[in-house]
Amino acid sequence: MRAKIIVYPRREILDPQGKAICDALHRVGFEQVKDVRAGKSFQVELDAADPAGAEQALREMCRKLLVNAVVEDFEVEIVRTEGTRAEAAQ
Amino acid sequence: MKCGVVVFPGSNCDHDVYHVLKHVLGQDATFLWHQDTSLKGCELIVLPGGWSYGDYLRGGALAALSPVMAAVKRHAEAGGLVLGICNGFQVLVEAGLLPGAMRRNERLRFECRDVFLRVERDDLPYTRGYRKGQVIRMPIAHGEGNYENTGPELDRLEASGAVAFRYVSPRGELDAEFNFNGSARAIAGVCNPGGNVLGLMPHPERCAEEVLGNSDGLPLFQSAVAAAARPFQSAGGAR
Repeated sequence: MRAKIIVYPRREILDPQGKAICDALHRVGFEQVKDVRAGKSFQVELDAADPAGAEQALREMCRKLLVNAVVEDFEVEIVRTEGTRAEAAQ
Repeated sequence: MKCGVVVFPGSNCDHDVYHVLKHVLGQDATFLWHQDTSLKGCELIVLPGGWSYGDYLRGGALAALSPVMAAVKRHAEAGGLVLGICNGFQVLVEAGLLPGAMRRNERLRFECRDVFLRVERDDLPYTRGYRKGQVIRMPIAHGEGNYENTGPELDRLEASGAVAFRYVSPRGELDAEFNFNGSARAIAGVCNPGGNVLGLMPHPERCAEEVLGNSDGLPLFQSAVAAAARPFQSAGGAR
């Protein structure tokens, strides 16, 4: 099973990096850009059969390590449910 | 007093702290490796600056999960002295021993310069050698020292006296120009409710000898060494 985790700065917190990128996008002509949040993403391969259980585990991973809840929010998405880790590596 | 300086892969201020404790203050200092599970009888534990684990994921996030940190947590919970400097402060925050989080500096610059700090607590084990309101000078060297917390939590920290040091102007006034990393409420250092755990971004170990042109950091270590000799009363009683 493959999952995607996206971590980004919380809305209410100023994201200096995102703001600098937003300003740079304006400079190269993308005036329509109103806001940019710069975060990070993780692709996680799991040995799991049950998507609900896997999602719960992924959320736990976020809480325990991948995300600092004081300043970051996250989204978890199961991208592919079939396939083992060996297949995924191919 | 036996002092332990924790060495994570990527720590780079460990020897500076060791030098101050051992050679300037004449204490029994030793290094503790990140894989150690015992603090070897050390009473004062210092988490030094550097780039533990290459700052992978977030500054301090991976170091916070290393084996030695379980022992550091037990030491802190038992009232033992734990001091985190720069990356060590980040580790304490990520380990949940201190509140808040550290973000990229507001102006997106790595700031390497002297800053002015106002001492907000002079009754902590680390600050008894200063006066409340005193302005001291210390170097900073970090790219992610922008202290952040939620509004209500910041109010709670202020009310409980958790703010130990603040970035100020040379005259001791709050001024955004002198808050180089953009920290919320100009917070440079915070302590836990017991006052036995302190984290700060500036480097007291880099200004603890006259020969370096600045010894404003020395009272911090002198205070901690003196405090270890007599148990600290928790913040509620001390204020």
